[in-house]
Amino acid sequence: MGRDQGKLTPAESPSPRSGLRRRASRFFARHPGARVGAQIGAPGGWLLVVYIGSLTALIVTALYRLADDPTGLVTKLDTTIGFANFDRLISEPVYRNVALRTLQAAATVTIIDAIIAFPVAFFMGKVATPRTRRALVVAVTLPLWAGYLVKGYAWRSLLDPGGGALKQVLGHTPGFGYASSILVLAYLWFPFMVIPLFSGFERLPTSLLEASTDLGAKAGRTMRSVVLPQIVPSLVAGSIFTFSLTLGDFYMNRIVGGTTEFIGNVVYRQFSVDLPFAAAYAVVPIVIMVGYLLAVRRTGALDEL
Amino acid sequence: MYLSSFSRWMLRGFTALVLVVLYAPILYVARLSVNTSKNYAWPPRGFTFSTWNHAVHEAGPREALTHSLQTGAVATAIALVLGTLAAFALTRSRFFGRNAVNIFIVLPIALPGIVTGIALLSGFQRVGITLSFTTLVVAHATFCVVIVYNNSAARLRRLSPAVRDASADLGADGWQTFWYITFPLMRTALVAGGLLAFALSFDEIIVTTFTAGVGYKTLPLWFADNFSRPNAIPTVNVVATFVVLASIIPVWVAQRLTDSDSANR
Repeated sequence: MGRDQGKLTPAESPSPRSGLRRRASRFFARHPGARVGAQIGAPGGWLLVVYIGSLTALIVTALYRLADDPTGLVTKLDTTIGFANFDRLISEPVYRNVALRTLQAAATVTIIDAIIAFPVAFFMGKVATPRTRRALVVAVTLPLWAGYLVKGYAWRSLLDPGGGALKQVLGHTPGFGYASSILVLAYLWFPFMVIPLFSGFERLPTSLLEASTDLGAKAGRTMRSVVLPQIVPSLVAGSIFTFSLTLGDFYMNRIVGGTTEFIGNVVYRQFSVDLPFAAAYAVVPIVIMVGYLLAVRRTGALDEL
Repeated sequence: MYLSSFSRWMLRGFTALVLVVLYAPILYVARLSVNTSKNYAWPPRGFTFSTWNHAVHEAGPREALTHSLQTGAVATAIALVLGTLAAFALTRSRFFGRNAVNIFIVLPIALPGIVTGIALLSGFQRVGITLSFTTLVVAHATFCVVIVYNNSAARLRRLSPAVRDASADLGADGWQTFWYITFPLMRTALVAGGLLAFALSFDEIIVTTFTAGVGYKTLPLWFADNFSRPNAIPTVNVVATFVVLASIIPVWVAQRLTDSDSANR
């Protein structure tokens, strides 16, 4: 064995403790593949069995349909594989419209949050004193504990066209409908956008911004050419949250959305009536999100979630 | 970057405005919790602590709070172990298909709650598992793992491999290097990840709707039940305010820990 004379490998070092542990330690040091296997085994197995297993069950259910039952009393599944549910959700305009509206809502909420969170996160990460920064981090995280439904109902009361605070104080309220759903969802998911953006700005070296100024760039130019390209992964990471959370939401429509329906409302309503169809409709957000993740993978955003 | 004092003031003003909007509904709920009238009517009227006094003696919210704490604690504990293991495996080695694994591991939070909820329900039904505390914890742990993984992985990527090599050169085995070197360096990331995972579990309702056992009410489920009962509105406001006030402590502690950590680095 041509082993390096001066270097102590873990195996030859003094004070050998429990032999078995040493041997395991040495084995894993020499076989990185086995080490990765041992580490990924439990979490990988969990996600594979619980999550991917469940998603598969969902997709299989989507290929079933309700068995014809002349009495209309018992719901049974006809387990022959077929694409009837998918045909139905493509051909019936109501389902296409709901899907498009949900997509539009998710995009709108994401853009609103990005526009509002960008200056706030920039201020937190690059302008505020460390003391203020600490306080602001706590201030934007704390609302996450306030309860999603509680905030929803608080907004319901504020937005109420029959005497809510907005009506009485500002003289105008959007009432209950699509606009209010967008407003409240943007409000609810704001912390999920501002937190990744803040970490992005915090990591961005201040020297880079100074260099840009030294080279004669004004604030606007530095923003466009230096800050923005560096911050894209954080922006995308935030957008994954705001987009996905909106895409699957159904409670807020029931609270402030009036008659507005998103994919989630249809899935929730159909789920106790026609499970295979509900499952098929739930595949729509899966396809959208997987497509989105594949598209943004190269920005490195998945490492910033 | 040079910012004129005008731009600084604009940024400051805008941030302040955003915070006002962020807190207005929460403060409104806090104000309503000491209201004398029992509804959401504007403007709030009167001032009384009898609602708080009343809420303390109610079993429903206390039980729901306990359930939420239990679910969050168990799910977070599972997530801390599994998420950290995954972070070790995926940040310290390159292997074929690592990118695919990366997408796969973030799916539980990247896919909307309704998908996760209905998928897990179909999965449980298929193998004949009845919904219970266990199914709820399994469901919550599944998305909590991702949160812990993200925090731990971000920290591990920033740790210099030289530190581990030095530890090995000094004779430490893999376990000792983990326990004396890596673990202390990533402790704050674990606290931050664990806390965020707990917060998400604590407030989760969509996945919970589909996976909680019959009659097992977590706090969000209890809220959902009681918003439609006019008599319960004051108690709902009290409980919501209490939770926000109580959460200041863990958020602040986590912030201090993360802070002392960045000061040491």
